[in-house]
Amino acid sequence: MTSHLGVPCEKTVRIGAGSGFATDRIDPAVALVEGAGLDYLVFECLAERTIASGSARRLNNPEEGFDRLLTRRIRAVLPGARANGTRIVTNAGAANPRAAAQAVARVVTDLGYPDTRVFAVLGDDVLDKVRELDPHIWETNRKLSDHKEELVSANAYIGAESIVEALARGADIVIGGRIADPSLFLAPLIHEYGWAMSDLQHLGRGTMVGHLLECAGQLTGGYYADPITKKVDDLAHLGFPFADVERDGTAQFSKLPATGGLLTVRTCAEQLLYEVDNPHAYLTPDVVADFGAVTFTPTGDNTVRARGASGHARPETLKATLGFRDGWIGEGEISYAGPRAHERANLAAEIVATRLNEVHGLNGECVIEMIGAGDFRSMAPNQLCDRDIRLRVAMVTPTREAAETVGWEIESLYTNGPAGGGGARTTVTERLTIRSCVIPRSAINTRVEEIYA
Amino acid sequence: MTHSNSHTLDDYADVRSGDKGDTLIVAVFPRINSDINILTKVMTPERVAEHYSPLVRGPVERRVVSSIPGIVFRLPGVLSGGATGSLHLDGHGKTLGYHMLSLPIE
Repeated sequence: MTSHLGVPCEKTVRIGAGSGFATDRIDPAVALVEGAGLDYLVFECLAERTIASGSARRLNNPEEGFDRLLTRRIRAVLPGARANGTRIVTNAGAANPRAAAQAVARVVTDLGYPDTRVFAVLGDDVLDKVRELDPHIWETNRKLSDHKEELVSANAYIGAESIVEALARGADIVIGGRIADPSLFLAPLIHEYGWAMSDLQHLGRGTMVGHLLECAGQLTGGYYADPITKKVDDLAHLGFPFADVERDGTAQFSKLPATGGLLTVRTCAEQLLYEVDNPHAYLTPDVVADFGAVTFTPTGDNTVRARGASGHARPETLKATLGFRDGWIGEGEISYAGPRAHERANLAAEIVATRLNEVHGLNGECVIEMIGAGDFRSMAPNQLCDRDIRLRVAMVTPTREAAETVGWEIESLYTNGPAGGGGARTTVTERLTIRSCVIPRSAINTRVEEIYA
Repeated sequence: MTHSNSHTLDDYADVRSGDKGDTLIVAVFPRINSDINILTKVMTPERVAEHYSPLVRGPVERRVVSSIPGIVFRLPGVLSGGATGSLHLDGHGKTLGYHMLSLPIE
């Protein structure tokens, strides 16, 4: 490729965002892999809770614990990826990257691409290690051993290095667990450009690219759209973003022309500061990125150029996220409409609270919400509403059976409570509480392993 | 920016909110870049803490990124345990960002 001046253009690496969370849409990734000429496609699929619930599933079945949509995603994008030479990187291995890679290795063989090389990144699981180290837990300010709740998962946030190793060994698909979100995108850039792990400027810039892409549709108008103040066209066909990254870490963000959504300086600005508590010190396992001087420039239709990120030395320790079994949550909801809807919902709430306590002996933490009343977690004045109100009661209980009682009492309102209660729904979920600590880098041993069908 | 008692932040800015553990993070972006000065003056951490009371548990922190421009607020404790442990319907606090837009701007 040559520029308009006739000199050869610098190489760029094109990375696409295939998903921004575990249950994200699949069709935008298919569009990207078939139409964008991607070098890399990244599926970001983990939240703090995802890996803890994956660990709980793994305890029941050692073949489970990875993202349930992973094999569907791979089936959908593999033909395009193999035709275009696109390599895939993901953290969808969640609590069981090896089992995830085995499942994917079977899929690629089934689909007739047995030469596809699948690698697992292992070593983020530090469950045994934290029991031995007994770290101080941030949220409770106590040693781990002082906690009575059953610890079901402990995963260290690991960085780009293991992915880089897998790519260097020829991986077509790299599947890890608790790899930090931006590291999934930084790794291909380190691999392609040979950036050193001490090259803080470039690591900071690559981390910014990762941070902007990691929530996929949130860069192209998703979570941004407001039909009055921030119109975005055709969100039903929202296109996911990709970045063309240059050797110096400067990046240009864009989306496919035939897709819905919007990619502007403002969508980029919102995503840059999304969930960033200190824009001058965004901590990852690879680098402390500094977004404090980032600027965005429009360079075309739905195309924006980003520059100005930098980096400081990475933290000495690694953050680990711990999942504890912490009882059950029972929930029930029921609606009231028309005159005195709010008063009747209030009466229903009193009845349920009284019976949970007096008849069932339950006195766990309980939340009562009047959905539709505009009380907004008690921040706005709670005005009586006679249009419609949905009462929601949620309570923490020690057992599943007790949690079922919450919904049972809501349903009992049909015939035993105020007039006109309808549309009751109930749920029971195991409560997994997530807490954090730090562990020394020396406590983890990350490694990559090629996985065969 | 005109001054009127009936104006709220919704007349001047966009927001994006997210969670980090039990902390709500709300970023505010003036629609006209030069409004960053008045927003920085009006939106003190104390004022924002008051707007989110009684949920806030701990000091609100504020950081201004002038190159964007945008202001990031960090509100500890607001999520009643965070996405994983919260009994509230929206444990992530995604809905709480727009509450910032009702902040009166005199």
